[in-house]
Amino acid sequence: MLSFILRRLGTMALTMLCLTLVVFFLINLDPNLKKLAISQTEMHTSAEQLENWLVNHGYRQNFFSRYGQWLGIVPKQPVTDPATGKPTRRFSFCNDPVEPTFSGVLQGDFGCSTKFKTTVASKLFPALGATGILMFWVLVVMVPISLLIGILAGMREGSRTDRTLSVASIASTATPEYVSGVIFTVIFASWLGLLNGSAASASRGITFYNFTLPVMTLAIYGIGYIARMTRASMVEVMTQQYIRTARLKGLSFGSVVVKHALRNALIAPFTVIMLQFPWLLTGVVIVEVMFRYQGFGYTLVEAAGNNDIDLLLGCSLVSVFIVLITQLISDVGYAFLNPRIRVQ
Amino acid sequence: MQLEYIGAFDVVLGVLARFWPVWISLVLVMGASFAYKKRLGLYGQLFDSSVGIVGVGICLFWLFTAIFASTVSPFNPLVQIPIMKDALPGAVEPQSGLVYLFGGDKLARDVFSRMVYGSQIVLIIAPAATGFALMVGITLGLPAGYYGGRIDTLLSFLANLVLAFPVILLFYLLVTPGIMETPIPYAMAGLFFLFPIIFFSVLFWTRYKKRPDRLYILMGLTLIVGGWVYAGLVFDADPFRIIHIDPNQLNIFVAVVFASSPGVFRIVRGLVMDIKTRDYVAAAQTRGESPWYIMLWEILPNARGPLIVDACLRIGYTTILLGTLGYFGLGLAPESPDWGTAIKDASRLLRSFIHPALPPTIALMSFVLGLNLLADSLREQSMKD
Repeated sequence: MLSFILRRLGTMALTMLCLTLVVFFLINLDPNLKKLAISQTEMHTSAEQLENWLVNHGYRQNFFSRYGQWLGIVPKQPVTDPATGKPTRRFSFCNDPVEPTFSGVLQGDFGCSTKFKTTVASKLFPALGATGILMFWVLVVMVPISLLIGILAGMREGSRTDRTLSVASIASTATPEYVSGVIFTVIFASWLGLLNGSAASASRGITFYNFTLPVMTLAIYGIGYIARMTRASMVEVMTQQYIRTARLKGLSFGSVVVKHALRNALIAPFTVIMLQFPWLLTGVVIVEVMFRYQGFGYTLVEAAGNNDIDLLLGCSLVSVFIVLITQLISDVGYAFLNPRIRVQ
Repeated sequence: MQLEYIGAFDVVLGVLARFWPVWISLVLVMGASFAYKKRLGLYGQLFDSSVGIVGVGICLFWLFTAIFASTVSPFNPLVQIPIMKDALPGAVEPQSGLVYLFGGDKLARDVFSRMVYGSQIVLIIAPAATGFALMVGITLGLPAGYYGGRIDTLLSFLANLVLAFPVILLFYLLVTPGIMETPIPYAMAGLFFLFPIIFFSVLFWTRYKKRPDRLYILMGLTLIVGGWVYAGLVFDADPFRIIHIDPNQLNIFVAVVFASSPGVFRIVRGLVMDIKTRDYVAAAQTRGESPWYIMLWEILPNARGPLIVDACLRIGYTTILLGTLGYFGLGLAPESPDWGTAIKDASRLLRSFIHPALPPTIALMSFVLGLNLLADSLREQSMKD
């Protein structure tokens, strides 16, 4: 087991290395750098001045040496101030080193956000915290509801409850966040006026009034999918021999479901729930933009829209890490939950 | 000047009446399918369940809407008639006397016409992109599952690499105006659009290599048609000027194919690994058939059930992806009538007007729902045998 986890962690590190290299390459394409230079300098600067800005801030160094600096395996060089000729910080608002030092992601320095004029760490981690709160509430809502729907539907395959709940879950998987978000806002904020259509105030304090719509919107897309997986798993379990045995020895239907079927039927949905995280990540971006909630997704969109290189790299590192770690947890957890599976 | 309005009942009637070519075609096709369902194989079996009928009905509805868009929609989706700005549903346009059935948006365009024309964009890009993703996924998934070993390790690593990217980040990196100045989208298009040509060439070659009369015709057709489409799509150099794609649409297309082919790859690989242990594959191996013949003519036809179901779901998912692109204003032109862009524009003004937001959301939802219902009943029917 330990060697399996170690090997997976190795693959994970390799994947992250490749992906960050790809992201680094794509963000540093020439048109993107030009866009950054234009947004960072005053209006109507000449092409020469833009080029100067890029050189002065170290964007014109060798690609691989810059990637190495970001990673922390090549010492980060300070830039020379053209006026004084002395080494100086790249951005005055960050604590960039004045002497060549190893200061990259491996040392815990995520770099400098050009959009928010601060370090990436001080912007990214509070945002992650805010998204964490959102995710927590989404899971609290989503998991019990979807498991309940799935179990009720799969308990008696082909019954009317099953049909109704199955169609309802299909409908929910056909409703992406930007559709359900609009519909819920129209119903609950515009018509009924019960809830707030914006979650901007939620960063100061979460209330039922401002936080229900984002949570609902985000949960609805996942509910259908998890419910369908739970149903499939439950249907399979209900046809097993031990369920028939339990029924034949005279146990009531309810107690068969709760005591014998449930535990075995919940193994498969566990994997599905863990693998929902990558999907939730895209949903988080849509929902946070739609309801103006200052979290990870909002930061990602701001970073991408303004070509904020270090911040976007930080965001991609975090999201790729989340995807890969949830895959690992789901594999390991599955092996623990299902004794019939042994990993080699 | 005061606008005149028609009542809610007249709006409903008007909408139903505008769709008249769609209703006629729907009745014809559904009626014919229902009458001959015994002879139509898997498609005919769909008409045995109500879920299947509803699914087919919704999909066909949007298909015919896309085909007859110019007849169904009363106005041009891009033309702005200033007096109709933010008009409520049922407002009568004074000059032509035609009705803005679902009202006007903030740029005074007809919401109903935009919704109808939006279906065209979705129904062209989503199935085509899914088709290419299927080709790429199948062509790479077959050898990965069949041979295993190093080629499998490499391809699976690459597929997992793409799958580990959150879709939205991928789009923000791949669908930008900046990237269209670089050769990257064209290089990717050049790579992806090669796969159908390779697929069909190998398909015909393995089957007919002993029968030159058939082989030459089929290979010639594949190369001519494939080369023609390839030249039109990648280099925009179609000699007959029929096949043409805008650079930004090509960019979207490539990004969507790129995002969804690893998923197809994983499914095909899993199916192949399962099917290659069957007796008929062993029999073909004993006969001395070539590996690619076995993959394409023994394994692939037996994997078609799950692949068809996946293709249906994937078209729906691609529709959602296109909507996401529109919602973030990536790739598509800002005045494009596609549903995602319409939802983005309308959702910013929800506080004041809700009517421009509802038609595109309901359209998108119903189309994806139709595809999902179709996939569900296809799965159920194929499980029966």
